[in-house]
Amino acid sequence: MDKLLDSDDEVMLRDAARGFLDENAPITAFRANRDAGRPFDPGLWAEMARMGWAGVLVPEESGGADMGHRAAGILSEEMGKTLAATPFISSAVIAATALRETGSDRLAEISGGDALYALAIDEHVKHAPTRTALEARQTGNAFRLSGRKCFVADGSTANRLLVLARTSGADGEDQGLTLFDIGADRAGLSRATANSIDARDFATLDFDNVDATGDDVVGDVDNGLAALAPALRTGQAALAAELGGLSSGIAAITLGYLKERKQFDRTIGSFQALQHRAAHLFAEIEVTASAIANAGRVLDADPETAQVAVSLAKARASQTAKLAVMEGVQMHGGIGMTDEYDAGFFMKRARVGTEWLGDYGHHAAIVAAARGV
Amino acid sequence: MSDNLESFRSDITAWIAGNLPSELQGIARNEETICWGGRNWRFASDAQRLWLEHCHAKGLTCPRWPTEYGGGGLSRDEEKIFREEMLNAGAPSPLESFGIWMLGPALLKFGTPEQKAEHLPDITAGRIRWCQGYSEPGAGSDLANVQTKAEDMGDHWRVNGQKIWTSYADKADKIFALVRTDRDAPKHLGISFMLIDMQTPGVSTKPIRLISGASPFCETFFDNVKVPKDGAIVGEQNRGWDVAKYLLTHEREMIGGGGGGLLSGSTLADMIGTMDADAAADPVIRAEAMELEVDAMAFALTMERYRDMAEAGQGVGHASAMLKYYGTELNKRRHEIIMSARGSDALDWDAGFAANWLRTKANSIEGGTSEVMLDIISKRVLDLPSK
Ligand SMILES: Cc1cc2nc3c(=O)[nH]c(=O)nc-3n(C[C@H](O)[C@H](O)[C@H](O)COP(=O)(O)OP(=O)(O)OC[C@H]3O[C@@H](n4cnc5c(N)ncnc54)[C@H](O)[C@@H]3O)c2cc1C
Repeated sequence: MDKLLDSDDEVMLRDAARGFLDENAPITAFRANRDAGRPFDPGLWAEMARMGWAGVLVPEESGGADMGHRAAGILSEEMGKTLAATPFISSAVIAATALRETGSDRLAEISGGDALYALAIDEHVKHAPTRTALEARQTGNAFRLSGRKCFVADGSTANRLLVLARTSGADGEDQGLTLFDIGADRAGLSRATANSIDARDFATLDFDNVDATGDDVVGDVDNGLAALAPALRTGQAALAAELGGLSSGIAAITLGYLKERKQFDRTIGSFQALQHRAAHLFAEIEVTASAIANAGRVLDADPETAQVAVSLAKARASQTAKLAVMEGVQMHGGIGMTDEYDAGFFMKRARVGTEWLGDYGHHAAIVAAARGV
Repeated sequence: MSDNLESFRSDITAWIAGNLPSELQGIARNEETICWGGRNWRFASDAQRLWLEHCHAKGLTCPRWPTEYGGGGLSRDEEKIFREEMLNAGAPSPLESFGIWMLGPALLKFGTPEQKAEHLPDITAGRIRWCQGYSEPGAGSDLANVQTKAEDMGDHWRVNGQKIWTSYADKADKIFALVRTDRDAPKHLGISFMLIDMQTPGVSTKPIRLISGASPFCETFFDNVKVPKDGAIVGEQNRGWDVAKYLLTHEREMIGGGGGGLLSGSTLADMIGTMDADAAADPVIRAEAMELEVDAMAFALTMERYRDMAEAGQGVGHASAMLKYYGTELNKRRHEIIMSARGSDALDWDAGFAANWLRTKANSIEGGTSEVMLDIISKRVLDLPSK
């Protein structure tokens, strides 16, 4: 297998991404979006699409850059550092992977940045794909979708939806699920935007007899989890990478503060109590970075077997992000609690990112089961 | 390249199968089964002796060292494959020693051609067993405070002083010791790295008993010990601190490496063995075990990533303190879980769990404490100020 290092191309990609984000999507841009009540900046996303980011996982014949999962992870990580808000994970990662399996012609719209997808999957407070009750009643080649999805990331800004619905079986069963790819403007669909703590977009979607046909089905009827699983894995890996970047981002800000703030006539970073907290955080971030790099590596080499590697990355990244933001705020003292300072943005995004696509317990259980626990 | 590696893999697999004495296959690693070598070594069995001889003849006691010193001259990828196949075959390490882990790497970097030729072949063959004379009663974390002194007597050094916590000093043939050769210089600049034969008159040892019941380490006394000058000092006189620090990075990686379960390749489930139903149903034990597996897997990948970085010439340097810190704390957690998963079964010495559990408590002390590792990270890696 490949080494756990960035290749020369990946180093270039990372440097280019960092340069672009520092200039075009610094944390001040995130703050401006938040203040304007705008979950992301469409102009920025169009720019990213021009650079090939929206098509990072789209094949070249559909206009994509097809750079692979390590590359997607690198982009996501860099975006995490500056809290760049984009539909990257929903569209460029999750939807691109799901539709790639079926060779959909929507792929070109994804890589062009025009198709904005959201994945409508969860119906309860915890991520659990099999706990799908939203019903798709079938008559011949026609389906009618009724039910509710919650915590749909990018759900109110999306123009397309991937919806996991039940075509047979009962809530909790892994068979009998079907994945649909539909326009977000279909009759019978209503969307309620949440007042999200991280100032991004998530929504509750109500389906009231929304029409679909066999053409809208991704993969096979009643076997939707098979179609969805690869896409979920890539989304989880990219989200882990984002959380890894977020952790490094807040850690860097905190280190800067430790070197600058003075109390008792000393720089607070000279207090051993704080040095050891910072050093411990460094260790956790380094260990998590290995799991993230490995998830990208395994997804590129052997996607079918990648779940444990991906869950390891998502589990670790969730814990590390939690630690990084808590330590970040604590070591800033009062200023860390103010809205004017950025630390809180990291804390709120970390909480949302931890919950999305499976939290620590969800993924740790997958890893532990593979290790016989 | 990968074709070559594949054929290397099949060759080495066949070689192990053809040379590993069957009675050693799957043998547990513990004080009774480890082969340390040395002048007075008594092999636990003929099989242990044969296995060492076979491996040494093929350079596999020190797979990456140059062949001229009895090493295997393997690349890192080959070494990795060799270790994987040893694990797959249930083959024990043919030889373990402070010479392999610590002194050898330091000699390869700082030794003269004569010093290498004199000492490295004895290490790879397991003929000489070394111990480490760093710590003293007044020089633990503050290692540069060593006071054992070596005075220049013309053709020899006269050494006086005391070391402590010298692991296996009573069984070792030679010691690599930090001694003060200039009392007037600043403390880091008056130390030399000296090689001393433990049979020299004036060297004596006194075992110290540990909480695990074993007494693997000693106080070591030097009383007017005459050390011939020729080849005694590794690196420059008074610059032994550089050698000492370099050696410590190897020692730390080695100790930290235990944390990923890499050395044994075992999962927690393997190590716990048959778990009592009540313990298995305990949600706290289970949760701790799950968390440990997540961290252990991520840590194993971190060892791999850091080796990749080192191989690619991206200096890992002081960040190796992170491996030492994380790996040892992880290992302590692991053994706490094993003890609680085995419950009262584990409380009998004879069950074998307790001694290992107690031994791991030293992991975060030996080779530099966790607090010292955190200091190194904060000062050298994160560049935090001292005032
Ligand atoms: C099993 C075992 C095997 C060993 N084998 C060898 C060997 O073969 N050869 C050898 O030379 N030595 C050996 N040692 C010794 C080991 O290197 C020392 O024990 C270690 O360096 C700590 O020194 P100390 O025991 O004097 O503790 P101290 O340095 O006195 O530390 C006591 C406590 O104070 C803390 N502390 C010290 N300084 C600081 C600081 N600046 N900031 C914050 N906290 C601090 C420490 O972390 C520790 O918690 C061995 C030790 C053990 C346990």
